[in-house]
Amino acid sequence: MTSIKIPTPLRGYTGGNIKVEVSGDTIGAALDDLVAQYPELEPHLFNEGKLRNFINIYMGDEDVRGLDGLDTTIDRSVSLRIIPSIAGGIHTREA
Amino acid sequence: MSEINLAATLQATIFAQMEAAYPNEGGGFLLGTHDESGYHVAEVVAVANTFASEEQYHRYAMRPENWAQMEDIADERGLGLIGYYHSHPDSVSTPSEYDRVHALPHFVYIITSVRAAQAVEMSAWLLREDRTAFDRAALLVK
Repeated sequence: MTSIKIPTPLRGYTGGNIKVEVSGDTIGAALDDLVAQYPELEPHLFNEGKLRNFINIYMGDEDVRGLDGLDTTIDRSVSLRIIPSIAGGIHTREA
Repeated sequence: MSEINLAATLQATIFAQMEAAYPNEGGGFLLGTHDESGYHVAEVVAVANTFASEEQYHRYAMRPENWAQMEDIADERGLGLIGYYHSHPDSVSTPSEYDRVHALPHFVYIITSVRAAQAVEMSAWLLREDRTAFDRAALLVK
């Protein structure tokens, strides 16, 4: 088992738990276990089966997108964390 | 409807930061608490815009590291990372489609319209659970 830290806005879907214990040898398997435990998380983490672009999974200090993505083998000596990317912008440039 | 409670002094802090960022977008985090009566902003923390400089007139972004650091601080202090604010230079204070696709529910989005380097309007928004749209939240500035 590995623990994964849940971002504050999504803790309402994990019963208020800041960290959740998940099973699996890869990041993808761990996330599958996470959404199996808390299905309401799924639409906020995934879109059509793919991790949403603004959702980042960190293993220690590394974004797993820079490793093998969801196929990354979990290093159990470091912790996992879900970190959203904050981004915003205007509709269109007005005259 | 959830109420967003913001002290007038914190609103003034946000306005000053957004005016200083003009004509680019600026932003930062909202720290505070959330209970049955709504969200209560205790602190605002400015965060530099990390979007490509030539795109900052219509885009704002933070690094994931900004989130991680601020969330750890909030958790240690018993506060919550309850939302973020940003500006819409020369545009309305309603969330854009770009805002929506990058949003999460149960997180307060405060948007300030800035025109000619003057903050003219602030509004607050919450994403629906089904992610289809934002709903305007009651913003109470005292």
